[in-house]
Amino acid sequence: MEPISFEGTPKTPTVNFNADNGIIEIKGRSIPENSIEFYKPLVDWLEKYKENAQPMTKVIIQLEYFNTSSSKCILDVFKKLEAIHKAKNPVEIHWYYEEDDEDMLEAGEDYESIIRVPFKMVEIVE
Amino acid sequence: MSFNFQEYFDELNGGNVLFSYKGSITTGLINNVLDTVEAKLQDSDEHSKIRKKVYNVLVEGLQNLYHHNDDLPNSYKEKFEDGFGVLVIKKLGDCYKISTGNFIFSEHIKGLKNRIDKINSLSKEELKEEYKNILNNQKMSAKGGGGLGLVDIARKTGNKLDYMFHNYNEKYYFFSLDISISN
Repeated sequence: MEPISFEGTPKTPTVNFNADNGIIEIKGRSIPENSIEFYKPLVDWLEKYKENAQPMTKVIIQLEYFNTSSSKCILDVFKKLEAIHKAKNPVEIHWYYEEDDEDMLEAGEDYESIIRVPFKMVEIVE
Repeated sequence: MSFNFQEYFDELNGGNVLFSYKGSITTGLINNVLDTVEAKLQDSDEHSKIRKKVYNVLVEGLQNLYHHNDDLPNSYKEKFEDGFGVLVIKKLGDCYKISTGNFIFSEHIKGLKNRIDKINSLSKEELKEEYKNILNNQKMSAKGGGGLGLVDIARKTGNKLDYMFHNYNEKYYFFSLDISISN
């Protein structure tokens, strides 16, 4: 399966989805005016990946900023991951936040309470 | 008395203004504002926690302006460009104030007013539940957020949304929103 590899821009994150090692990364900023367009290929990719998921999928979310338009799309990504996890191919979501960024920690906890996938909150200490 | 835009804008521009704009709210403008304000915040000695809150609120405020502007008829276009909106960022003591303004159809006022009044009536915990509820249950509109923007602003700032509807004429009102971000 072809990996996804997007370079980050000031308004969209760096994305690396790799089916060979089961590592899924979204890093940077996600503040486009229209997020659906950006996230659709990611959700579609995960739908296919589900058929041949690795025994362990590690998800790394390290966002500096994301807007509310992205927040729904991120939930869609997580729902696909939840389906993979339910299909007995474990998934773990590592949610990174900077040490004084309580809002980002809280955002991670919001997702954790909605999605039935284990989360690890990882504080980035400068 | 009908709304005098110039008076409103002049008043908004009193004090320690970091950024002020009136005109079309386009994607290019949004990029420009975000870059400029981020650079200014970087240069200030502001704590990163506040810088991030200001930036986050700015992103949501601009996107609300971009997505929720009601079109003005052609006869207005000499005075107000397409997708007309106002953005002013001020520093008041150790507090930041982000003000936005845009025209709105009279018939859209009720819905928006109810929405903001509801948000303003919620406690911190209730806002969190409201946010999660919209996030998880409501279909996303073609425009994106599906009503999360204002809830997110209220949650991140911990302050009430201060707003007014100024009567412009029979058909239009001008909606002004002041958001305070305090330490």
